[in-house]
Amino acid sequence: MLEKMIFGRYVPGDSFVHRLDPRSKLLFVFLFIVAVFLANNTATYALLLAFTLLVIFIARIRLYFLFNGLKPILFLIIFTLLMHFIFTKEGALLIDWKFIKIYEEGVRQGIYISIRFLVLVLMTTILTLTTSPISITDGMETLLNPLKRIKLPVHELALMMSISLRFIPTLMDETDKILKAQLARGSDLTSGTIKERIRAVVPLLVPLFVSAFKRAEDLAIAMEVRGYRGGEGRTRYRQLDWQWRDTLIIIIFIILVAALIWLRGGR
Amino acid sequence: MDITLQQVGYSYAKGTPFEKRALYEANASIRSGSYTAIIGHTGSGKSTLLLHLNGLLKPTEGAVRIGDVSITAATKAKELKQIRRNVGIVFQFPEHQLFEETVEKDIMFGPLNFGIPEEEARQRAHELIRLLGLPEDIAQKSPFDLSGGQMRRVAIAGVLAFKPSVLILDEPTAGLDPRGRKEIMELFNKLHKEEGLTTILVTHSMEDAARYADQILVMHEGRSVMSGTPEEVFGDAEQLKSFRLGLPRSVAFQRDVEKLFGKPLGKLTLTEEQLASAIAAALKEGEQ
Amino acid sequence: MKEILSLDHVSFSYEAEDGGTRRAVDDVSFTVNDGEWIAIVGHNGSGKSTLAKLMIGLLFPEEGKVKVFLEELNVDNLWEIRSDIGIVFQNPDNQFVGSTVQDDVAFALENNGIPFEEMVPRVHESLAQVNMEGFLDHEPHHLSGGQKQRVAIAGALAMRPKLLILDEATSMLDPQGRDEVIQVVDELKQTTGLTVISITHDLEEVLLADKVVVMNSGKMMLTGKPEEIFAHGDELESIGLDLPFAARLSRSLRQAGIAIQGEHMTEEELVNELWTSHFSK
Repeated sequence: MLEKMIFGRYVPGDSFVHRLDPRSKLLFVFLFIVAVFLANNTATYALLLAFTLLVIFIARIRLYFLFNGLKPILFLIIFTLLMHFIFTKEGALLIDWKFIKIYEEGVRQGIYISIRFLVLVLMTTILTLTTSPISITDGMETLLNPLKRIKLPVHELALMMSISLRFIPTLMDETDKILKAQLARGSDLTSGTIKERIRAVVPLLVPLFVSAFKRAEDLAIAMEVRGYRGGEGRTRYRQLDWQWRDTLIIIIFIILVAALIWLRGGR
Repeated sequence: MDITLQQVGYSYAKGTPFEKRALYEANASIRSGSYTAIIGHTGSGKSTLLLHLNGLLKPTEGAVRIGDVSITAATKAKELKQIRRNVGIVFQFPEHQLFEETVEKDIMFGPLNFGIPEEEARQRAHELIRLLGLPEDIAQKSPFDLSGGQMRRVAIAGVLAFKPSVLILDEPTAGLDPRGRKEIMELFNKLHKEEGLTTILVTHSMEDAARYADQILVMHEGRSVMSGTPEEVFGDAEQLKSFRLGLPRSVAFQRDVEKLFGKPLGKLTLTEEQLASAIAAALKEGEQ
Repeated sequence: MKEILSLDHVSFSYEAEDGGTRRAVDDVSFTVNDGEWIAIVGHNGSGKSTLAKLMIGLLFPEEGKVKVFLEELNVDNLWEIRSDIGIVFQNPDNQFVGSTVQDDVAFALENNGIPFEEMVPRVHESLAQVNMEGFLDHEPHHLSGGQKQRVAIAGALAMRPKLLILDEATSMLDPQGRDEVIQVVDELKQTTGLTVISITHDLEEVLLADKVVVMNSGKMMLTGKPEEIFAHGDELESIGLDLPFAARLSRSLRQAGIAIQGEHMTEEELVNELWTSHFSK
């Protein structure tokens, strides 16, 4: 189940979208999220959906792969859809079968909200699928740089994030090892009452914390002796490269927003 | 307790695009009471194999027989617990599994899980503290205040505490200094003999395999490729080399000396003591 | 010969839990000269890792002086001196800061404000020196322990250090990883004349050294060339250290009444000795 989940995963590639600068991608996705709320009629929602599908196509992500990986979220969308069908009681009555009454407005609202939710999830998934976590971190750091003025520790936050990302696989391995060692000592995580199960997690969590602290201490020493003294005076090995295609997608975004405003109905 | 592996295959994340094959048709037979060393290059599948020996992994193909229980892909989790009571594993860096407030409690964790009465478990913990050469007053200390070597011993005690009849050792001396290494290996050897354990040692050290084991299993690229007595396995340097494994130093030296003497020294010398007396005997014979 | 590092009657104590103190390093003095390879050996808890911390200014001595590159180490010159020292620690995972191999190698360069144009060639160069140039974009969890330690060495080399300290850098590795690391350091020493201090209990590492310092309960017990050190076989064993195979075998042979001339550190030397003393006659 977890292995199939792709929300938040990165799959390397070299499409147009993959090669975009993380800054332009982040900026685009952020602004897109805001722009989604401009949509208010069939034409605008159709435009959003079509645009998103186009991006998936350009990023060369297989639709099957994407929807398979997003199944749990699709369930959530279908659930939202059904809730609207059942609880919105406006407009013409479409279906009246025994106790089920579905109204036109319910269907419309349900579909609109679902599309809105779907394009948001798809767009952010495309971002993480086509951008390595470390590039996202780099992009965030540069975009947030102006906030240093208001004393936001941007560099430190970015470093924390990149180190966390770096240690996730290490800690997963560690968890697996400790789990196996405790299972071999007769620990039982899969049976018993909830209280017993919670207690059974202690032998897993304590060693994990102990080791994480040890790692943090070692890492801090390793960073110090390698000359780390905070962001001041540091140069960067990872260089971000804003190119024509990055300017292009910002222009595309402006066109998209213009189109949305133009198609927006007065309701 | 006899252990038999029949055509054991294992794939990680089977049925997903991330599937990775770790074992192919591995076969082995480990006699009750024997001391078996499993050797192989890093990534040879020996760690995966080891996890099958007490049901931490279930084979995706084939069967593992432990005593009179058989583990296959279909075996239920409940049945595995009984197997784990009989088969103890000392993992690499076992001190990472310590978690209790006191040493005594940590050693008692296994026995209590397996339903051994509390008093008996406590008594066993104290016996083990003595047996492992730890100071008596350590029982009420936090395991996290001990030295590295002491933590290792407490963790080992935690496995011995439920009296498994099969003891699996995964690189039990990794990271220890020479004295610590020797003491731990000698301790396991003593336990093996005195308690009549079936011992399985997974190791990178050809010297330890030659010195302690009476049976050796060689793993290579997920397959069991060689097995036999130390004399048989280390007698075939060519084949071992094809599995990227070397000879124990004493055997390698024996070969050099034999080249020099122009004649064999007799039996394979598995330890340096055997080697020294074989050379001495050959030289004295030559002088007469 | 140019002095790289010296300890002059250095002592250091840790605060013990009961409020007292525990002497970890007790009146230790030695000098490391340019181009030398020094091995510091001792069992776990003998004070050898405290020595490493004193050399790099993670700790400061209670008594005595630590001089690096002829300057006494203090809070003011610490960062400058550190930029000329590379150090590799025991746990391969816990010192890998970057998210990929090249990021990790560049870490110290970034910290020291080296311009981007200079970083790129330095990263490539130092990875080539440890035979890891094909792994630029690999993530740490896809590397073996030996590979991670070689990346750590590359990270140190990128700063073009005058001194490389290996603090039990091979003790968590499998035999193959250990050989890879030792071979790389040996090559570096041969080709660049790098000064190396290795803190270890691996005998192969000790045998490669020009000079050995044996530590026991915080004190310097012996110092000398490897063959001089290993002549004190019983003393070394009594403090929990091991002897090279050839030295142990020589001793067993002597005990069995076979005359062996001199001390032999490698199997090759011992076979030659057996040949000259017992066969060529």
